Order: sequence, then structure tokens, then C-alpha cells
Amino acid sequence: MLLTRKSSQTAAAPSRLARGASAFLGNTIDRRTFLKRSGMAAGGAAALSQLPFPVMRKAEAADKAAGGTVEVKRTICTHCSVGCAIDAVVQNGVWVRQEPVFDSPINLGAHCAKGASIREHGMHEISHRLRSPMKLNNGKWEKISWDQALTEVSDRLLKVRKESGPDATFWIGSSKHNNEQSYLFRKFVSFFGTNNMDHQARICHSTTVAGVANTWGYGAMTNSYNDEQNSKCILFFGSNAAEAHPVSMLHTLHAKENGAKVIVVDPRFTRTAAKADTFYRIRSGTDVAFLMGMLHHIFKNGWEDKDYIRARVYGMDKVKEEAAKWTPDKVEEVTGMKEAEVRDVAEQMAKNRPSTIVWAMGQTQHTNGNAIVRASCILQLALGNVGVSGGGCNIYRGHDNVQGATDVGPNPDSLPGYYGIAEGSWKHFANVWGVDFEWIKKQFAPGMMTKPGITVSRWIDAVLEKNELIDQDNNVKAVVFWGHAPNSQSRGKEMIDAIKKLDTLVVIDPYPSATAAMAAMARKDGVYLLPAATQLECAGSCTASNRSIQWREKVIDPMFESRTDHMIMYQLAQKFGFAKEFTAKIKLSKGKGGMDEPDMEDTLREINRGVWTIGYTGQSPERLQAHMRNMHVFDIKTLRAKGGKDAKTGYVLDGDYFGLPWPCFGTAAIKHPGSPNLYQTDRHIMDGGGNFRANFGVEKDGVNLLAEDGSHSKGADLTTGYPELDHVLLKKLGWWDELTEDEKKAAEGKNWKTDPSGGMIRVFMKEHGCHPFGNAKARAVVWNFPDAIPLHREPLYSPRPDLIEKYPTHADQKNRWRLPVLFKTVQDANKDAGKQYPLIMTSGRLVEYEGGGDETRSNPWLAELQQEMFVEINPKDANDRGVRNNEYVWVESPTKARLKVKTLVTERVGAGTVFLPFHFAGWWMGEDMKKHYPEGAAPVVRGEAVNTATTYGYDIVTMMQETKTTLCQVSKA
Amino acid sequence: MARMKFLCDAERCIECNGCVTACKNEHEVPWGVNRRRVVTLNDGLPGEKSISVACMHCSDAPCMAVCPVDCFYKTSEGVVLHDKDLCIGCGYCFYACPFGAPQFPQDGAFGMRGKMDKCTFCAGGPEADNSAAEFQKYGRNRLAEGKLPACAEMCSTKALLGGDGDVVADIYRNRVLKRGKGAEVWGWGTAYGKPEKGATPPAGAKS
Repeated sequence: MLLTRKSSQTAAAPSRLARGASAFLGNTIDRRTFLKRSGMAAGGAAALSQLPFPVMRKAEAADKAAGGTVEVKRTICTHCSVGCAIDAVVQNGVWVRQEPVFDSPINLGAHCAKGASIREHGMHEISHRLRSPMKLNNGKWEKISWDQALTEVSDRLLKVRKESGPDATFWIGSSKHNNEQSYLFRKFVSFFGTNNMDHQARICHSTTVAGVANTWGYGAMTNSYNDEQNSKCILFFGSNAAEAHPVSMLHTLHAKENGAKVIVVDPRFTRTAAKADTFYRIRSGTDVAFLMGMLHHIFKNGWEDKDYIRARVYGMDKVKEEAAKWTPDKVEEVTGMKEAEVRDVAEQMAKNRPSTIVWAMGQTQHTNGNAIVRASCILQLALGNVGVSGGGCNIYRGHDNVQGATDVGPNPDSLPGYYGIAEGSWKHFANVWGVDFEWIKKQFAPGMMTKPGITVSRWIDAVLEKNELIDQDNNVKAVVFWGHAPNSQSRGKEMIDAIKKLDTLVVIDPYPSATAAMAAMARKDGVYLLPAATQLECAGSCTASNRSIQWREKVIDPMFESRTDHMIMYQLAQKFGFAKEFTAKIKLSKGKGGMDEPDMEDTLREINRGVWTIGYTGQSPERLQAHMRNMHVFDIKTLRAKGGKDAKTGYVLDGDYFGLPWPCFGTAAIKHPGSPNLYQTDRHIMDGGGNFRANFGVEKDGVNLLAEDGSHSKGADLTTGYPELDHVLLKKLGWWDELTEDEKKAAEGKNWKTDPSGGMIRVFMKEHGCHPFGNAKARAVVWNFPDAIPLHREPLYSPRPDLIEKYPTHADQKNRWRLPVLFKTVQDANKDAGKQYPLIMTSGRLVEYEGGGDETRSNPWLAELQQEMFVEINPKDANDRGVRNNEYVWVESPTKARLKVKTLVTERVGAGTVFLPFHFAGWWMGEDMKKHYPEGAAPVVRGEAVNTATTYGYDIVTMMQETKTTLCQVSKA
Repeated sequence: MARMKFLCDAERCIECNGCVTACKNEHEVPWGVNRRRVVTLNDGLPGEKSISVACMHCSDAPCMAVCPVDCFYKTSEGVVLHDKDLCIGCGYCFYACPFGAPQFPQDGAFGMRGKMDKCTFCAGGPEADNSAAEFQKYGRNRLAEGKLPACAEMCSTKALLGGDGDVVADIYRNRVLKRGKGAEVWGWGTAYGKPEKGATPPAGAKS
């Protein structure tokens, strides 16, 4: 019997198979032909009228949702840095469905497992969120009121400040905070009186930010995911994008279909490698040797771009000398890669230009991370690939707003916009914030205001290190984890000791996080948990990896008893007595329960008024919101708006790049369109063009550092290299009188970074097509770093004592970021560790989970897909140890930490290397920690945290932790 | 009349499981029931390929042929649906299905099978479109709303295509031409067999 059901009345809305499920851009398919279904008439409106029937959940939620208005709120996925747009369907305040945003030029409606399940955040019934403030009382979690929580937390922190000084506190902010909250967090902790603050960027891309910025100006992804469509060759070196940034593969695979070569060089045959044309295996931690090996072939064969190097690069001759030393035999000895393999990668990159290099944690999380990322930059400079569409360094950031939090957030050595912490910078921001500089100064302990704070990678040492060895009066006694997992930091075993020793530990997070469980395991009291709202429960802007800024609408009200991060900051500021200063120039709006909180739009306006350096000034809330409402006008390949006018405000979108990727110089009124590709000279600056930044002087040892004549952004009135803009330069050029009288008053004695009117930028950029940060050469030699030319240095824990001899690490450092750092001592002491721990232990991501994983492992739709922590081990290593697939084993590292995990026997890893995902926590050396979580708030899936076993090791410049290369042994459990 | 089909492009599928959670989210499918899953071949080896698999809504559906209570029916768009009020949970369809699509919640005592559950192509069931009863038994009815299946609409790399078979085939053919290789379409031969009127299979379709 065959029943035939009549087709429904509604046809699919026009864009669904077109920009959505289909051929994807640039194809010959007509976007309007989409679905040939019966009853074709309907469009978006008809579809909307049929939207959700209140049937989500049988119980209370359904009742709550029933009837009432249906609203669609546009937000951005809160997991990775791709920046996928989501339309959340909300009925009567309940988030009932999510729909793909086909119009988004970034993700075209696409999602990975995390983005496609993000609505779980709004589901009360299955939630594993932290529901109310809690306090650890005699080893038990006890529910307390917000009033009690705020009072006790602030009393304890004030007591620590009074007794031991403000530097005895350490504040761990979050790359999950939106730009406004990150910015406020920097201000908040400054007003508490310390630079001891940090966030995930430290352990994610700090080496990139420092290394890349010191090479050519800005430490950010130069191009965009979309721009890969213009690439002819894409080298993934230190990135497993298919798992870490899945939706970026949309652009990569499209490029591949159009003929781009995709190459993966990695210790693992990753899921990205499965999609590549070429895969070569490398020994973990030998990145510089490989990159120098490539440069060796490039120079040997004359593949470098000589004109480009002459006009735009400083010091390449010195790199050439170094690369000459990296003969193929040496490269093979270190990396394990054959000459033909290294040459093949070099040749493909050289002969298929523009070519781009993609990296993430694979390059950054090493003891010589700063050198690795600079070697990658040098590779691209040698090939003339930087400042070129389809080229560049496509550096994939991690969290949804790690780029923004790095740009304007809680960095221990910098004020928003990388202003640094010299007195002049503080004065600039005192002015922006509307507070007295002297007052801020008094909040700090004497002399500490201009001293970079401790990094998140090393807060445990700030607690445990001998007092006489640290560069502040007292050890850290109180730590606030404000949206940061503990299991993403290395040396977990020692973290327990640090947690034990603290006076006060505060966790402010939507989830209790592994911090809560570790604390309850280690101590009896002095721990507080404050429930924060997620980014889906507040509005604000976030910066994707490509520097595009997107505005999130609030989807739902803060769930349970949670409060927004900026409300909690404001309420603590009240307790600390600086609420008035905190929001001196920011208006307050009514948040949850009618309580005051800093207004997010107004906070962005304050950012706009202060952050000139990186062009966070043109992205007014109005412009960003207009972009979000009109995503369809932006081209998928160039990100540029073709025509278009915002119906609500009349704002003309034409010519803007999507999300006004920073730098978007000058005030919003100037209408700079944003910069999709940095340093691109073939475009006018008002079309997003640029050149390398003049940030390192005008000459070095008699050699010109400015760009050579004729190398400038298109249409610039200055056709030579030139220094950065200040009032003297403007006057010298005779352009001073183009300022208005008011602008002159504001600009007198200032430079482009401190002129509060933006007048100098307006004249220089808009009237004369010149770049406010000058026009200089990129530096292949970064003379202010310990290794001016990138050097290979063996990891501290290396299986190769012979190579430790040849390529030793740095000497120990007495004081970096307020703490001593060991290098040689650790390496020498563990020279023969390979005998007992012969396997290289590396770690990385899974597609289903994000970061420390407390949030994603609490989502049952994701948790079901990865239910157990595991170790990938090569069949040879497994057989040699008598272990078989899917058995429990112990993974032991030189710290004697032992992880009980299941085996995944696979040739994905080569013999001699094991891989463990880093998102798990909730087991401690064989024990399930479920009982240590507040009731009902333990994540659905728990497992050993790989970082319980990771070893000592930090990058000399930034204190990036080593997580990618250490040693271990595996044995049957 | 459109003939609805799924196609998973193995050259694009990166095994991100977005389709799986999109389905869970849209229909609130309980833990343990997977209307869609991603299967990986040669995991960790050169040649690794992934395919997202669910009910393919076959032209000559074996499940319909074997069902003892005739609970299956087909829409005019070729979507294979079933009536949970008739289903007795016998599991014959599971044995007949070449794709392993039918799912059985382990309901009640002695591990008895509950009513069968499977992908509906986001087209609901026999109850009134978008009624509460339809949602509780079958999940959302996106087709009735003028939308396509959530899994395909949200696929991270547009590997999974779901919609009018002709359009899907066109899109795929276009990609194959661009790549100049690899015209293999996993599952199409098994699911859709002989070309139907107005529905051309992509070049080189085979099972």
C-alpha cells in the first residue's frame, strides 16, 4: 500500500538552496532557481507566518512560550573565532528554535556541531549551568544569595588588597567576554590597582601577537577566511581547521575546487589533512627547522620576490645566511622530513602565488613560539605574499572574541588598543575614561602601574614561587577566574598545590567549571562561585579572527540567577568604591531585575573615542548594527558591500567591508570602510589599502627602515616611506591648516594615537591618502627579541638528547613578567627523560568541544558524540606495550601525573607520538570528580584533563605555555 | 513536482557532526537516538572519507516493503514517512534498510523496542502540519514552513545537500566538473535506483 500525502502549501524560501544549501558562491547556478517545488509562490514572509508552534517542551517551557510574539534575534556563535551568524527564534522570552543565516558572508548559514546546537544554552530543563551563587563551606557547596556573595567576595578581596597590596590578586578575564566587557574588565582591574590580569589569548596566540606585530605592525590575521578563495596554494602548518574552525573549511574547500593546492604539514594526519592534496608528517616542536628548510630551497632556487624584499623588507639578507645553514640533511635530522618533502612544499608555495599560510596553536604553543611565528612571516615576506589578496598569514584565533579581547581587553602589559602601560598611555586613557590620572596612580602600589603583570600561564608560580624571587611585594593570594577554564593551562598537578595555598578563589562563569571541582577537591572553604550570563544573554560586539566586528543582539534574559558580566563588574565596583569612576563617561541602563549595568552601546562609543592605534574608532554601534541587518549586500569573496542602504537608519552601506574589519581608522563620520587585508598597497587607504607600519624607528644601524620610494598604498600623496603621523609631521608637510580650529586645538602636541578629535587622521588619510601609522618595511630581523632571527631550539622535554646538544634552549631568565623562568635547567635535568618517557605527547582539539570544554561537555547533544577521553596511539606503540584499541591505559608524564584514558589505536599519529584532546576535565588521575561539582552542575561528560600531565615550559617573550611537545609513557591500566 | 533527495559530498564532508546536532536541536531527539550520523571510512589513513547518513527516502523503499503493519507512506515529494500510531516496533525495517536509518528507543521492560524513529526529511508525520502532536512524535515540519532539512541547511561545508533532487544533482555535477574528478555519489544508486522522470542522477552515481 502506498499512501501519497499531498504536498504542503509552502515552498522553500528563495535563498535556502541558493546561498544556503547549495553550490556555494561563484557557481553558475542561478540563485533564484533554488527549489522547484509545487506551489512556488511563497517567500520569507509566508515562512515566517508559519513559524514555531509552541511545542518545544511539554512542561512549563511550552506553557511559557505559548502565544505571544515571535521574535528573531540575530547573534553570533560563541564558540570559535569564525563568527557564524545565528538567527534565534524567541517566543515569549523562550528560545524555541535556531535558523541558519544564509545571508552571512562569513558562514552562509553553515554550522559545525557546536554552532548547530547552541540553542541548548537556552534550555532550562537540561541545563548543567551554575544556577545560583555558591560558597564552599566545610567542603560542601552551599547556595547563597547574590548580596551575600558580593559582600563576602568583595570583603575578602579588599582584605587581601589591604594586607598584601593589590598585586596579591590575580584576575583571569575571558576571551568569551564581548569587546565591551573585555574593555571594561581592563578598566575594572586597573581601578582595583593592579596589572595582574590576563585571559586566554596568553595561552592561545600571545606568541603570534608579539611575533607578528613586531615583524610588520599588527599581530593579527592579515587576510580573512573568505580571502582564501583568492589563494592558489594554502599551507596548513599548525592548524587543524577541520576540527578547530570547521566552517572556515567552507572557504578552503571552495578554493580547492577552484584549483588551489591544499597542503598540511603536521605531526598528525588530521581531518584537515584528509581534505588536503598533500600531507607530510613532522616531528612535533621542530617548526623553525622546517620553515628554515623551506627558505633554504626558496633562496637556492631564486624563488624569492626580490623587488618586494628590496622595497618592503628589512634584514632578509641575514635570514638568507641563516637559511643557508639549514641544509636538507640538517632539516631531516631535526624534523624527520625528507628533502623532497620540504622542497615540494616550498615549490608549491612559490609556484602557486598568491599562497597563504594558516596557523593556530600548532605554531604558537611552544617554548620558541615567538620564533616559529616569525619564521612563518618571513616565509611569506620572502615570497612577497603579504599585503596580497589570496596571500598573507591567515592566523586562526581561538575563541569567538579572543581577537577582540586581545585588542581591547585585559592584557597585563597593555591598555586597550596595545597602548602599553607607560605613563603617557595611562594619561590618554584617564582622559578617555574621564577620571583623574593621579587617582588611578594612587590605586596602584608605587611603581607597579607601569610594570607588566603576571600572565595567566604562570599564576600558579606567582602563588608557589619563593617570595624573594618574584618581582612584586607579595605572592598572589586571591585569584578570580572570570570566564576561563583551569584545564587549558599546563601543569595541572601543580595547580592543585596553588589552589590549596590561596586565601580566596572566585569563579565567575555560566558553568561552575573544572575550577570549582578542583577547588572542592583541594580545600574546604574560601571559594565562591558566581553565575554569569552567557553572550547569548546580553548584547555587545565581538571580533572574529578576520578582524570583522559583529554585533550580537540579546537572545534571552540571563538564565536562572545569573547576571551579565558587566553587571557583576559594576556591582563589585560599587563594593570597591569606584563605581562612579568606572562609568564616568558611560551611561547606565537597566538590566536584569531593573538593576543598573553599563550600557553596551555606550561602552563601545567609549572604545571608539579612545582606541585609535588599531582603528577601533570607526565601528560605531550604529554602523555595526546596520551591517548585521543587511548582511546580504556583502560580497562573499571580497566582503565588500555592493550598494545597499539600511532601511532602518538610511545608512549607506556601499563600499563598507563586512564588520568594518580593523583598522577602521578615524571617526565613524569619515566612513573608512575597514581593512579586509592588511598592508595591501594596491588599494587606496580609503578602500581598505595599506602598507607596513612604521613602529620601529626610521633606521637601524644606518639602514633605512622606511619603505623604499614608490612602495606606498595606492593614491597616497607621499610616495616614499614615511614615519607615523604626529603634529610635527603634519606641520612639516604643510597640511596642518587643513584641520579645523577645534581640531587644531585638540591635536596640538599630539600624535595620531592620542589626538582625541581624530582630526589629524582625517586630513592625512582622507585628504592625502596616507597611512597614519606611517609606511615602513617589515622586519625579518626583530632585534629586540632574544632570537632576532628565528632559531630552532629543542623543546625542554625532547626525546633527542643529541639534538639538545646541538640546539639547546635559552639560558634561565631571572625575571620575565615578574617571575623567574627556567629553560636550560629544566632541559638539562630532563635530557634523558626520553628513556623513561619515550613518547612525544601532544594535544589539540575535537570538533564537538571548545576550550576547556565545561560548556560544550554540558551540552548533551554534543556530549553524546564524544563520551570518553582518549589517547591516540600508533599501532606499533600500542603493540609494543601490549595494549589494544579501546582499553584503559595510564599516560604518565615526567611530572609523575598519571591520566587514565581509553586508547584509540590509529595511524593518525606516527610511531613515537601520542595525541590527547584537551577539552576534558572532571577526572583526576583516575578518579571521577563528579562529587566535587555543585549538584546537577557537573558536565555530562567528564574525563582526564591532558594538562594535568603537561610539563614546564614557556616562550621567552610572552610566557606562552608549551602544550604541544612534551614526553610521556603509556602503559596498560 | 520536486523529488526530495539527500546527497553527501564526500570530498567536502569534514565529519564535523553539525548535521547530527542540527537534527537533535531541531527535533529534540533524545540521547541514544540518532536520526543522522556521520560515518568515516579509513579513519586516520590517507583516503579518509566521511559521509553523513540518515534515511535516504528511497524511491523503492525496502522498509515500506517489509513493514507488517504498513505504517510507512510517501509524500508527493518522495519523502518516506511513517505513522508511529501504527508502528509496533518490530524492527523489520531496520533489517531491511541499507542505510541503518531506523532507530529504536530502548523503551520499557526487557529492552523492548519502542516505536521506530527516523529522519523525516524534516517533514513531520501524519498529524496536522506543525501541530503539537506532530512535533512530539516526529519533530518539526520544516517542509511545511517552506524550509529544507535543518541538517543540510546548516552543513558546515555544504557537503550535505537536501532538497529537490534535480537541483541537488545540478549542484553536485557542477562541483564534479570543477574538480575534474571523483564523481562518486555515495548511496544514490541504492536509494534512488533508476532515474525517475525529471530527476537526473549526477554523473557516475553508484552505490
